[in-house]
Parts: sequence; structure tokens; C-alpha cells
Amino acid sequence: MAPGLSREDVAKVAALARLTLSDEELDTFTEQLSQVLEHAKDIAALDLEGVIATAHPFGLVNVVREDELCASLDRDEVLAMAPDAEEGRFAVPRIMGEAP
Amino acid sequence: MSSATQIARDVRAGTTSALAQLDTSLAAIRAENDALNVFLHVDEEGADAAARRVDELVAAGEDPGALAGVPVALKDNLCQRGVPTTAGSKILAGWRPPYSATVIERLLAAGAVPVGKTNMDEFAMGSSTETSAYGPTRNPRNPERVPGGSSGGSAAAVASGMTPLSLGSDTGGSIRQPAALCGIVGVKPTYGLVSRYGLIAFASSLDQIGPFANSVEDAALLLEVISGHDPMDSTSLPEPAPSLLAHLEDGVAGKRVGVVRELVEGADDDVLASVDAARAALEDAGATIVELSIPECRLGLSAYYLIAPAEASSNLARYDGVRYGLRVDAEDVAAMNEATRTAGFGAEVKRRIMLGTYALSAGYYDAYYGQALKVRTQMIEAFRRAYLNADVLLGATAPSVAFAFGEKMANPLTMYLSDVFTIPTNLAGDPAISVPFGSGAGGLPVGVQLLGPGRSEAQLFAAARVLEVANGVA
Repeated sequence: MAPGLSREDVAKVAALARLTLSDEELDTFTEQLSQVLEHAKDIAALDLEGVIATAHPFGLVNVVREDELCASLDRDEVLAMAPDAEEGRFAVPRIMGEAP
Repeated sequence: MSSATQIARDVRAGTTSALAQLDTSLAAIRAENDALNVFLHVDEEGADAAARRVDELVAAGEDPGALAGVPVALKDNLCQRGVPTTAGSKILAGWRPPYSATVIERLLAAGAVPVGKTNMDEFAMGSSTETSAYGPTRNPRNPERVPGGSSGGSAAAVASGMTPLSLGSDTGGSIRQPAALCGIVGVKPTYGLVSRYGLIAFASSLDQIGPFANSVEDAALLLEVISGHDPMDSTSLPEPAPSLLAHLEDGVAGKRVGVVRELVEGADDDVLASVDAARAALEDAGATIVELSIPECRLGLSAYYLIAPAEASSNLARYDGVRYGLRVDAEDVAAMNEATRTAGFGAEVKRRIMLGTYALSAGYYDAYYGQALKVRTQMIEAFRRAYLNADVLLGATAPSVAFAFGEKMANPLTMYLSDVFTIPTNLAGDPAISVPFGSGAGGLPVGVQLLGPGRSEAQLFAAARVLEVANGVA
């Protein structure tokens, strides 16, 4: 396991997380995240072959209900809180490039 | 301010009114909120309407419920319909949720009066309220010190007498640690006992809503009202809520109390002295003391700081400028997403999102996140073994009394260590309670922590009550 993160690692993670970092932030976060991962090395080094991973402490799985119609949130009330809406939908800037 | 128990009793009996109690609470908020920065929003109009409804029910000879007329403060990550809810973040500034959390519906159904939303670390990521986008809360016991966090505002609301009760959320200690630092009672219930519907998600497999109060009895009163199965939360436990008040005076005679080495090691001397005194008090009340070691607790911090950020990086992906909150315009949707998140999130939130993204990314998933989930299994099994030899466990809540502003902000790891004694319980899914016991440096309060197996709240509250009585509380 790499004993620290490189600036390039952090830049890649920031891009995946949709965050823009300044050069200064990149330096700071590289140092701080490396420290935390250094602390987590105790876990990465353990031999846990055969141990089952836990996602829910009491093992509830696949909770289902009958597929019945029931009230949902009021559309106008929800859209009123959106940054932009039109014709009963959320509105966003363009997603695709211009047609060629 | 009277206890919540007393207020509810008097309002139900008609010897005081919900409106009069609300006035007392609002006056306390007006007097101190500018100095302490406890409330981000006070909902005077909504509180007034709720109080009037309670008084009308009493006048009509009906019972408004177990929390009749009791003012309650709500951590600002609890959605309340039409009331500004920010989770301490700029990215949700101005948002008014279109629905209310189940806990708020249950409060209203029990006659409680929600008075407003309290300050918190941004998205509950922090241990001091210093990561709030709206400035830190000050500790009512000493305004030069932090109140703890992330639910620091809710702890300060109760500790300052603004409201007799409040709700917080606890992912790694965010109720218990501020309760300890502010000198009040704070409870992290069994995972799934309280519905998370309407709680803004941080780390869904760890988050749990719980009460703050000035007494064990008041905390039990509030927890009884908010707990129990909710079909809107698929992780909610199926069984009915436990009865707590009926067992409050059960005591600890004949119980085995395990003092856990890993839940005190490294704590300051004043904190250790309080844990020793609590141990003696439980022994005096008839408990048998056993000394235990749970070495897995030492891995808790590392496992937590992989699991919680991993879940957070996924949960916080929803803040993309499309459906609610902030949008920073840009030429296309991807650039808009990125500009919005970059402007809307603070440094600690960005740090944890990146940590989680890294722990989940290709090539590192097995080494970090996968390993952490297995350590979680080992933690659960370790506690299960400990509970073969003890009914209740005792440790410290926080390693120190309330610290100074700025003291732990420069190095994230030192801040994370504030939660070293509280995190193991969240990983195990078990309940724990912090009870004020003694005082430490500068006369600041110290909290001790009692832990129990899942669904053992009744026994835990009875043990906490023993400590409270030993403290001289009637």
C-alpha cells in the first residue's frame, strides 16, 4: 500500500467527486488525507481472510412492502424549492453538445 | 426552566399553558442566542401554532400527549416541512423541506412544541460545531470553549436552559460528546430504534437520532416518544418501542458493570477520576465491577474514518444543484454540478467526500472499505463476547473536557480523536448514554459513558439514573 497520496491521486479523486481544488487546496488536502490514510494502515494490513463484511449491525436484509398506491410529495411544493424548473420538471443547463 | 417531565405534567393538568412555556423558552433564546449562536432559525410562528393547539386540547378536556407543551429544539439536519433546514451547510441555504421527519411528526403528535433549528457541524462532520457554515456555537458553561459536536447547538440549547429538550444525531459520537462537554445527558439509541426518515443522511449505516436532556428521566420521556418502528425507514427495527420510564428506578443491584480499558486509555486525568468515581458509585449501588479489555476498539477510529466517509461520499452526491439548494451556473450540466459543489461545501465536507471516494475507488476498495467492513464484524463480535461477562459497560465519553476554539482545527486527525471512545458503539449498532459526572479542569463538566447490548435501553437508563442519584440529583 502506498504510504501516502500523491497530488495526482488527490486531483483524480477530486475530479471523481466533482470538486475543483486550487493549487493550495491540493497541497493541503494531499497532506491531510495522507495522514488519515496512514492512520488507516493498521486496518489495511490486517489478515481478515474469511471474515464476513457487515453492512447492517442487526442483519436486516431486503425489507419489502406491498406495492400499494400511496401519497407522494406535492410536485409544486418540491419544484418550488428547485434552483430552476419548467413545465413541471427540474430544469438544468444543456447536457449534450450542439448538433453537428 | 422546569424539567420537561414537570412541564408536561403541569400543562396536562392545566396549571400552566403551552403558550406560557413557549414564552419562557423564546425569552431565553432572545436573551442569549446572539452570544452563543445556538439556533440557526427560530420558528416562532410554527411554535406558536403548535402551543395553541396543545392549549386548545387541554381546554377541550383532551390529553395532548406525553410531551404536552414542552419546547423542543431540533438539530438542523432534521427536515421540518416549510421550515429552513441547512444541515449547517451553505449548499442548503434557504431550503424549506416539503416534508417532516418522522421524529418531528411524533413530537407534534405527543404535544411537543418544536421551537427551531440548532447549529451543527456541516452535515454533522465535526466534533466542535466549528465546521458549520454559520459560525460556531459557544459552550454555555464557558463561552471561550467549544460545545462539542456535531450536535453542539442542540446540546447548548438544553445546557443554557433555552429548551428543556432537544434532538441531535449521533454517527460517531455527535450526541454523546457534546452532551459530555456541555454537562447534560445525551443518548445514542440502538441502531434502528428511532426512524431516520427525514434525517439528512451522513453515514446511513451509523446515523441515529437521539435525545438531549437535563436529566435521565427527561431523556427517557423523549426517547419513548420518538422510538418505534416506522415503515418509512427500511432499517427501522420491527419490534415496538421499549418502555423506559417504568424501569428508571430498577437500579443496578446484582448487575455486572464492565470497565473497559480501551474506553478510558489516553483520557485526561480529570476524566479518569470521573470514571473511577462513577465506577465506585455503581459498586455502592450493588453492582459487581469487572475489568475488561476489548482490543478491537483500537481499530474503531480507522474503520470509522473509512466507512463513514465512504457512505458520505455516496450520500452527498445528491447535492448537484439540480433539485434543491444552491446552484452555481455554468455552461453545461457537469460544470454546473462541479461549480455548485465547490462553492457549497466547506473544507471538512470536501475532505471526507474525497476520503470516501478514494476508499471506494478501483484498486483501493478491498484494502480500505472492504477491510473496514470486516473490522466492523469483528467489533460487533467483540462486544457480544464482552456482554457475556457484563450487563453494562463503563468508559469515558470524551478524552478531555471542552477544548478551546481553533485548538483542533489545523489537524483533522486530532479532531477525529475526540470521538475515539464513542465510535465503537456506532460501529456495533449498540446504544450508549453519556451522563454528567463530576467536573474537571476549569470547573468544566465531565461525562461518563454507559454502553449496553442492542435493545437494552431500559437497563442502560436505570444504570444512568444510579449515577444521577449519586450526583445528588433527586
